[in-house]
Amino acid sequence: MKLIKLIKGGIKNLAINKMRTGLAILGIVIGIGSVIALISLGESSKSAVQSQIQSLGANLLTVSPSGQRSGTVRGAAGGGTTLTLEDAEAIESSTKITTIKTVSPSYTGRAQVTANRNNTNTQVVGVELSYAEVRKITLTSGRFISDKDVSSYAKVAVIGPTTAEDLFGEGVNPLGQTIKVNSQTLTIIGVSKAKGGSGPTNQDDIIYIPLTTAQKQIFGVKYLSTIYLEAKSQDVMSRAQEEVGYFLMERHDITDTSKIDFRIMSQADIMETATSVTGTFTSMLTGVAAISLLVGGIGIMNIMLMSVTERTREIGLRKALGAKKRTIILQFLTESIILTFTGGIIGILFGIIGFYIYAKVNSSSFIVSPGSVILAFVVSAAIGVLFGWYPARRASDLQPIEALRYE
Amino acid sequence: MTPTIEITKLTKTYKTADMETPVLLGIDLSIEKGEFVAIMGPSGSGKSTLMHILGALDLPTSGSYHLDGLDVGKLSDDELADIRNKKIGFVFQAYNLLPRTSALENVMVPMEYAGVAEEEQKTKAKKFLELVGLGDRLFHAPNKLSGGQQQRVAIARALVMDPSIILADEPTGNIASAQAEEIMSIFQKLNKAGHTIVMITHEPDIAEHARRIIHIKDGKIEKESKDHRQRIIEEAKKDRKTLKRLHV
Repeated sequence: MKLIKLIKGGIKNLAINKMRTGLAILGIVIGIGSVIALISLGESSKSAVQSQIQSLGANLLTVSPSGQRSGTVRGAAGGGTTLTLEDAEAIESSTKITTIKTVSPSYTGRAQVTANRNNTNTQVVGVELSYAEVRKITLTSGRFISDKDVSSYAKVAVIGPTTAEDLFGEGVNPLGQTIKVNSQTLTIIGVSKAKGGSGPTNQDDIIYIPLTTAQKQIFGVKYLSTIYLEAKSQDVMSRAQEEVGYFLMERHDITDTSKIDFRIMSQADIMETATSVTGTFTSMLTGVAAISLLVGGIGIMNIMLMSVTERTREIGLRKALGAKKRTIILQFLTESIILTFTGGIIGILFGIIGFYIYAKVNSSSFIVSPGSVILAFVVSAAIGVLFGWYPARRASDLQPIEALRYE
Repeated sequence: MTPTIEITKLTKTYKTADMETPVLLGIDLSIEKGEFVAIMGPSGSGKSTLMHILGALDLPTSGSYHLDGLDVGKLSDDELADIRNKKIGFVFQAYNLLPRTSALENVMVPMEYAGVAEEEQKTKAKKFLELVGLGDRLFHAPNKLSGGQQQRVAIARALVMDPSIILADEPTGNIASAQAEEIMSIFQKLNKAGHTIVMITHEPDIAEHARRIIHIKDGKIEKESKDHRQRIIEEAKKDRKTLKRLHV
């Protein structure tokens, strides 16, 4: 009852100067809105990365060459040439390694691909049959690269749905068509199923060819870029990582751990790296948004201080009529909280709408975490108290006669 | 019976960083319940300061001020607020009503601070507005009322807590003379009904409405005079004596 009266009075006072009230609220709207939008953005991109990595399977280990050292200068990660097909075969046939189920060597490069008059620049991955199993690739039509394709250096290719569309247009069946990659003509034998994803490692914009064809005829290299290993179960992951690690050190004649020329990562490792990158990015942006919220709060304080000065006589009168300090503080705090809370609600709406538009445009997932909405509510009310306190305190400290005399 | 207001050796000195300005230089004053007192004096005489101290808006530098036996000089800010709320009804020269707030709600403000239930606030406010002749203006905002009407709202507001004293600071200072008479007749009526009224004014004909006039000059009480009617009665008594003497 009393609270309703306080709020009514507050709204009445704020309605006197609508322009000023509106601008003060706008500051909070922008602050809360950007915080909501960015937190949601961060959470959804994090979950997108997680689901993408999870879809590759939890038992997957990735062995890649680490940057080579020449003296003390370290080369770019992944640019090494130290991993070979023989390494992969040795891992597969070794009796010391008991935890690995499947070994899949691969070489990935980028190349210009043409078909008829269309051309595109895409990833070309040299693989063996086991690749489909470890990377969970399924086909919509045709078949995958077979062992026979690999041993016979067959000029065949399985292409991703995005690449198929780029080269042949929508709705055209590319099976049996030919494409040219680095002046080699390849026949399409299969189309992989869409997996989703974006960026340079888009798994739909890709061409799979036999590993031997890739190494010898397309890229002319003798090394591998990645060996994928599938562990027997998730429980033996760390043991598998150790076994393969020591095995490869021995094979590469390495005794000093600082000179290791390869890197073994599990999905958990990759996920950690990816989420820590997006996490850093998100927290940076959220920090910027928080600063705008702070500026909004200062705006509220400014408005409230102005209001206290303008209403000095009113405050004096109220004190003369028996208002205690607490009553005056409550009156002014109510006003500042109404300002920030209204700003908070509008900001949450704008933030969600803004994020929705972003999600639509980038066809990314639209998830608004209820936690961030609750947080925004609490923060906006807290800003009202925090930045309203000083002006309210100042109002309550006014001496009644001074205030009554004020012109 | 203790007087409503009891002031002894009261002084007030305003201090700024490098200057002391004495305003009241030792006032002794006692006002009984039911009195109607006017305080007169030229500007700068200290009458407004005395008024502020009487209204518990300011504290004396030395000396004591008892209101209903309570030592006002020894109270905290919030206790003073309570005194102003329950024991003092203010009527200001500039009316000091809350803008954009109806007459009814203006009269309700002191009761709100006293924690009176809202329904009671409304009925009481209505009753007192009717008493000052504004029963048909309950929902008018101050800017829709004349000066005299605004001052009557202020009087209703001063009465609503049934205070020990009504303090009026130049209550007719901003009001046309016809309406000023109306205001003064309300004060007369209230005084007859038993209210204690202390009024500050510099207009002698307004002060004439009071039954006791206190003249202040340079921070001291210069003289006290009785009101018009009492003077006539006293003069008549003297006259009777001279008549007697003449006829004896």
